[in-house]
Amino acid sequence: MRRSPTNNARIALTVNGETKELLFAPNKTLLEVLREDLGLTGTKHGCELGECGACAVLLNGRPVLSCLVLALECDGRQVETIEGLADDARLHPLQEAFADCGAAQCGYCTPGFLVTAKALLDERPNATRGEITEALSGNLCRCTGYIQIFEAVEEAAAKMGAKESK
Amino acid sequence: MSGHRVVGKPRRRVDGRAKVTGQTRFADDLQFPRMLHCKLLRSPHPHARILNVDTTRAERAPGVHLVLTGKDFPVTFGILPVSMDEEPICREKVRMAGDPVAAVIAATEEEAAAACELIDVEYEPLKTIADPLEALATDEPRIHDHGDHGNVHKKIALEFGDVDASLAGADRVFDDTFFYEGNTHLALEQHAAVALLDPDGRLTLHSSTQVPHYVHRQVARALELPAHKLRVVAAPNGGGFGGKTDVFNHEVVVAKAAMLTGRPVRICLTREEVFLCHRGRHPVLMRLRTGVKHDGTIVAMDLETLLDGGAYGSYGVASTFYTGQLQTVTYHVPRYRFRGCRTFTNKPPCGPKRGHGTPQPRFGQEVQLDKIAVALGLDPAGLRLQQLEKPGTLTANYMRLGTIALRQCIEKVVEGSGWHDKWQKLRDGRGLGLACSSYLCGAGLPIYWNDLPHSGVQLKLDRSGLVTLFCGATEVGQGSDDVLAGIVAEVLGVAPQEIKLLTGDTDLTPVDLGSYSSRVTLMAGNAAIQAAERAKAIVAAGVSAKLGIPEDRLVFAEGRVFDAEDPEQGLSFQDAVIVAEGKHGIIGTTGSYRPAVSAAKYKGGGVGPSPSYSYSASVVEVEVDRTSGWIEVKKVWIAHDIGIALNPVLARGQVEGSVYMALGEALMEESAMRRLPARLSSALVHKFPSMLEYKSPTTMEMPPVETYLVEEPEPNGPFGAKEVGQGPLLPIMPALANAIFDAVGVRIDEIPITPDKVFKALREQAQGRTPRVGPASFPAIDWGEISIVPPPWEGGDGRAINEKPRKSKVVESGVRLAPDSPGANVSDGVKR
Amino acid sequence: MMRAGRFRYVVAKSAAEAAQALADGGGKAMLLAGGTDLVPNMKRRQQMPEIVVSLRQVAELREVAMNGETAIGAGVTLADVVRDPRLRQHGALFRAVAQVATPLIRNTATLGGNLCLDTRCNYYDQNYEWRRAIDFCKKAPGPEAVAIDAVADDGDGTCWVAPSSARCWAVSSTDSAPALIALGARVTLLSSRDGAREIPLEALFHDDGMHYMTKRADEVLTRVRVPHDGVRSTYWKLRRRGAFDFPALGVAAAVRFGTAGVVEHARVVLGAVASKPLLLPESSLLVGRALTDDAIAEFVDATARWAKPLDNTDFLMTWRKQVSKLFLGGVLRELRGDDVQTFPLLARRAATLRNPVW
Repeated sequence: MRRSPTNNARIALTVNGETKELLFAPNKTLLEVLREDLGLTGTKHGCELGECGACAVLLNGRPVLSCLVLALECDGRQVETIEGLADDARLHPLQEAFADCGAAQCGYCTPGFLVTAKALLDERPNATRGEITEALSGNLCRCTGYIQIFEAVEEAAAKMGAKESK
Repeated sequence: MSGHRVVGKPRRRVDGRAKVTGQTRFADDLQFPRMLHCKLLRSPHPHARILNVDTTRAERAPGVHLVLTGKDFPVTFGILPVSMDEEPICREKVRMAGDPVAAVIAATEEEAAAACELIDVEYEPLKTIADPLEALATDEPRIHDHGDHGNVHKKIALEFGDVDASLAGADRVFDDTFFYEGNTHLALEQHAAVALLDPDGRLTLHSSTQVPHYVHRQVARALELPAHKLRVVAAPNGGGFGGKTDVFNHEVVVAKAAMLTGRPVRICLTREEVFLCHRGRHPVLMRLRTGVKHDGTIVAMDLETLLDGGAYGSYGVASTFYTGQLQTVTYHVPRYRFRGCRTFTNKPPCGPKRGHGTPQPRFGQEVQLDKIAVALGLDPAGLRLQQLEKPGTLTANYMRLGTIALRQCIEKVVEGSGWHDKWQKLRDGRGLGLACSSYLCGAGLPIYWNDLPHSGVQLKLDRSGLVTLFCGATEVGQGSDDVLAGIVAEVLGVAPQEIKLLTGDTDLTPVDLGSYSSRVTLMAGNAAIQAAERAKAIVAAGVSAKLGIPEDRLVFAEGRVFDAEDPEQGLSFQDAVIVAEGKHGIIGTTGSYRPAVSAAKYKGGGVGPSPSYSYSASVVEVEVDRTSGWIEVKKVWIAHDIGIALNPVLARGQVEGSVYMALGEALMEESAMRRLPARLSSALVHKFPSMLEYKSPTTMEMPPVETYLVEEPEPNGPFGAKEVGQGPLLPIMPALANAIFDAVGVRIDEIPITPDKVFKALREQAQGRTPRVGPASFPAIDWGEISIVPPPWEGGDGRAINEKPRKSKVVESGVRLAPDSPGANVSDGVKR
Repeated sequence: MMRAGRFRYVVAKSAAEAAQALADGGGKAMLLAGGTDLVPNMKRRQQMPEIVVSLRQVAELREVAMNGETAIGAGVTLADVVRDPRLRQHGALFRAVAQVATPLIRNTATLGGNLCLDTRCNYYDQNYEWRRAIDFCKKAPGPEAVAIDAVADDGDGTCWVAPSSARCWAVSSTDSAPALIALGARVTLLSSRDGAREIPLEALFHDDGMHYMTKRADEVLTRVRVPHDGVRSTYWKLRRRGAFDFPALGVAAAVRFGTAGVVEHARVVLGAVASKPLLLPESSLLVGRALTDDAIAEFVDATARWAKPLDNTDFLMTWRKQVSKLFLGGVLRELRGDDVQTFPLLARRAATLRNPVW
C-alpha cells in the first residue's frame, strides 16, 4: 500500500505523449494540474462539479471529466488534451470541420466537444447522427444549438473515412 | 449578393483556428508571474445591516497578502447613470444573499478561500422582500434609497392616443394576463478578471466582459482614477448573452487589489457566484388588453408590466422600457398605452439577457394574437399578414422602422412547415404554433448621454501588405471579429484571414460601446466600411498615379488592385500599399458611426429607437402527451429577416443558437428562488444555482431546425446587414405555447411551460373548466400621471403634450458616415 | 475554481488492503472509485474524508464473470457495463446504466459507486456557502460536522424538506440499484473484521436520507451477482433532460413468464421516491396470473401508496406521483410485449432503448 502525505505529491504525468514529473497538492484534480501546473489552459472549466462537460480530456483514450479525476489517479495513464489533438501544425480533421462548419462560436465548450468527438470517431468511424447526439450529450453548449456541431463531426468522419479508403 | 467576394459567402470565421486549438485566451487562461488570487466573502443574509467586519484573523492566515472591506471602497458604481447603486464591497448593508462583504487576496485561491472563513461579520437581519407584490406592499425598509418610492425602482406610464376610447369602440377586447419567469444566461465561461500594473505603473484590467468601454468608465469612477490611467482589455468571452454587459464588483476589487499589492491579482467566479451576478431575464407579470375589429385588425393595445428587478438597478430602467417599447414595431397598432413598473427585491439583480426585456411582452402579444385568431375563426398566419407594419413607418410610439421582410419570413415558415395542411388538422396530441417578432439592430442611444460616435474603427496598412484593424468591439462568440474582418476584406479585396484584428482594448482601440443590443454588425460594421473606404481611396490614388489608371476604374479583389477594363494591369495588394505609402506617407484611416436622431422626443423615447429592426417568424411543431403533459418539440421552422447575411455559416449559427436558448427558457430553465419558512430562517436563496439543476438543454433535447435567412438589404446596415444574434430567439416561446394549444387545446400563459402545468390544464379541461394555467390577475398599481403622446397620425410631434419641455440637444444626423464629425478624423494621419 | 479540501491519499492494491485502510481510518476514510460522486461532494464540503482510499489499482474489482450467473466487480465502470455484450441480457441493468448521468461520467463512474451513491436533496447538494445561507440541514449540519462519521448525531439541523420531521428525507438517486434489485442481485461486502458477507441488494439500503446504507464505514462493496433466472426486465427513468439528470423517478421490473403468459416471478422496484429503492411487496400479486390490463390496473392501484415524492428533487412532487402510476403500469405493458411505439409520448420515450457508445 502506498500512502502520500497531505502536503504534496510527486507523480509522473504523461500528457499528449510527454511525461513530466510534477509536484502538487494531492487534492488537485487533473483539471487544476493541467491548467495551473502545466499551463495547458486549452482545457476549460464551467462548473468543476461534473455538470457541463467543458473540462473533458481523454484518459487512456476515453473521454472523461478532468474536474472529477484526481491528478494522482492519472499516474501511469495517458492524458490527451486539446493541445495534443493536432498532428504537429496540421489540424485534426475534427478541428478543421469545427472551424469550417460554425461548430465553435465562443469556443469555450469546443475543446471538450472536440476530444469527446475524437474518442467517438476513434471507436465508431461511421457514427450515425443518433450516436453522435448520444456521445456528445454530456457536453453542454450554450451558443450553437448543437446542430452545426453534429454536422462538423459528420463532415470530419466523412473526410477521415475518405482518407482511410484511399 | 452579386459582386461580393467575401460578403454573403459561407466561410470559416477568422478566429476559428484559435478556437478549435484551444488557443483562444479567455480571461481565466491568463497567467502572470507572481499572480495572486482573490476570493470574495459573500453574505449569507438576503437583507441585513453590516454591524462589524473583523478581518484580524484572516490577515494573519497563511498566504494572505491583503484583506479588503467596504471601507476601502467609498465610491459606488452602476451601469446606468440613473442607478449608481452598486458597491465593490458592501459597506453598510447587504441586499441579497451573495453580496460581497470582504475580499481576501492570497498566494493561492485555496488560501484565499480558507482565509475568508476567518473573517467575522456581524449582521442585523432586516425584513426581506421576495417578489414584486411584496415590494409594492412594503415601503419600509427600503432596499435602496433611490428609485420612485418605497421599493418601487421605476414606474413608466406612456399613452399614444386615446386607448380607452379605441377599446370602447372595438368589436372585441381580449384581456389576458401572462407571467414569464426569470432565467439566466448560463454562459459556459464563468466570469474572470485579472488586474495588474504595467511596467510603467498604469493599471490594466483583463476581464470577461462584453463592454470594456463601460467597465473602463465605471472602474475608473469607483477607484477615483483618471480614465487614462486605466486600461481595460476584454478577453474573448466564453459566451455572454448579456450576462457580461454589466460592470461587476469583482472587477473593481481586483483592480484595487493590484494597485495596492503591486502584483497581478486574479479572480474567477464559481458557477454559483455567476448565478448570483445574474443580470438575467426579469420575471415579468403582464396584463395585455387588445381591442380588435371582427376581422382581427388591432385598434388599440394596453399593456401593463410588473418586473422583479432584484437587488440592484443594473440596466433595470432600460429593461422596464423594453417591456413595452417594441410592442409596436411588428403589427400596426394605431393606439397604444404602456405602463411598466420595476421593483427591488432581495434577490440577484436582473438585467439584459438576449432579447432584453422584449421576450416577455412578445410572448404575451403573440399568444394573445393566437387566441384572437382562434376566437375569430381566423388563420393565425393570415391575421398577422393582414396587419404587418409598413417599411419606413413611424410607429405610434415614434419608432422609425426600416426595411421589413416579415411577410417573406411568414411565407417561408408557413410553406416549409406545411402550415395550411397541418394547423388544426393534426391528430390529437400533435400541433403547430406560429409566432413572429422583431428586434433592434443596436440601441439608438448610448447608456450615458453624449454625442460621440458609438463605434470607431481604425485601420493601419503598411508595406508588408498587412491590414491591421483596431476596434473596441468585443468578441463574445457571436463573430464580431469576423464581421469586421469580412467587411474590410470585402472593401479592400483581400482575404478576411489576412486581416489582423486588435479588439476590445481601451488603450489601443477606438471606442465601441460594446457587444450588446445587437449593435456590433450594424454600428461597428458601418464604421469599418468607412475606414476601409478611406483606406481604399488612399491606395487607389497611389496606384492610379503609378499606373495611370483612373481611380474609379480600379478594382480591389483577390489580393490585387487592377484595372476593371484590363485586369492584367494592376498590382498586388502589397505593392499597391507600398506605392500608396510612398505617395501619402504612413497609411492609417478611421471610421465612425453614430445613429440618427430619434423622432421619439418624449421622456423614455430614448429606449427602443434603432437604425433598423430585424424580423423573425417561426413555426414550432410539438407532440403533447395527454397522460402526463410531457412536451416534445418535433421540429422548428424559423425565418429571419437579416438584411444580408455577411457570413451565412455564422448567421445560421446565431439563429439555431437562439432557437436553442429559447427552447431552454420556454421549457425548462428558471431562476427560481427559495424562501424558507420565516419562523425558522430568513433565508432567500437561489433554488438551484448549479449547471445540474438549472436545466440547460443537452444535445438530446435539440429538435431539427429549418432555418431560412431572408435577405432584403437594409440601407442603414453595412452591405445591407441587420442583426441576427437576438431576434430569432423571440418568436419561439409563443410559437411553442400556441403549438401546445393546437395539440391539446390548453393554454399555458406562463413561461416556462413544464409538463406539470400542461397536465394541470388538461385536468381542468377534462373537468370542464377553463383549460388554462397562468396568472389570475394583475395588481392595481397607482401609475401616477401618464405622459400623453399623440401618435404621428393624430398630429403628434413625438413629444408628450403634458410634459415639461426638456432641453433637447439636437445632434446632426449622420446615419452611416459622419465624415465631418471630429471623431472621424482625429487620427487619420493623412494630410489631404 | 471549486476545489476539494485536503486529505491523505492511499492507494490500495487489493480489496483486502482497501478494507484494512478503511478500518485503520476509523470512520475518517472513504473509498475513491470513479470519484464522480465523492469529488463533487468534497468540493461542496458535503463529505470531507481525512483519508481517501483509491481503488484504482484493485484489478479484482474490475472483473466480469459469467458462470451460470453474472458476477460484476464493483469497480467496473458504467461505460464498460454498457459496452459488454454479455450484460445485455439483463435488460433493466443495461437500460439503467446507459441512462446514468452522461457518457463522460460513465467513463469513470463505477457500478459500485452508483449503488453507494449518496442520497440527494435540493437542500443538500449545494455549495457550502449556499448551505450556510439556509443555516445548513440535517444531513450536513454545519462546518464542524461535515466529516463523514459526524452525521451520526440526528439531533442537529433542520430537514428543510419536512422541518417537523426527526429524519432526513434525501432521496435515493441511483439508477442501477432499482434495476439490480428487480433482477434479484446480491452484493458482497468485505471488511477486515468480518471478512466477506453477501446480502440481497435490497438489504443494502435503509429508508433514511442520512443513514441510507446498511454497509458499515469499514466495508468495501466488492461484487454484484445477478442470477440467470430467465426474467425479462426493464427500467424506466424520469428526468428533465436526456442526459446529466439524476432520476426524479425510476421504475424497474423483472418478470418471468410461464406458459400462456402466466407470471411465474415478478419484482417491481421504485427508485427516487424515497431514501432507498422500494422493492414493492405487491409484486407477488402479479404471480400466477397473466398481465392483463385488469391485472396491471389492480397492481398500479395497489402500489400507488408507495410513491411519496417530496419537494426536494426536480419536478413538482404531485406530478411525479402521477407519473409513477404511468410508469408502474408501463413497465409491465412493455414486459408483456406491447409495442412500445404505440405508447403515449412520455412512456414511449421511457421505453425506447438507447444505445450509447459509452
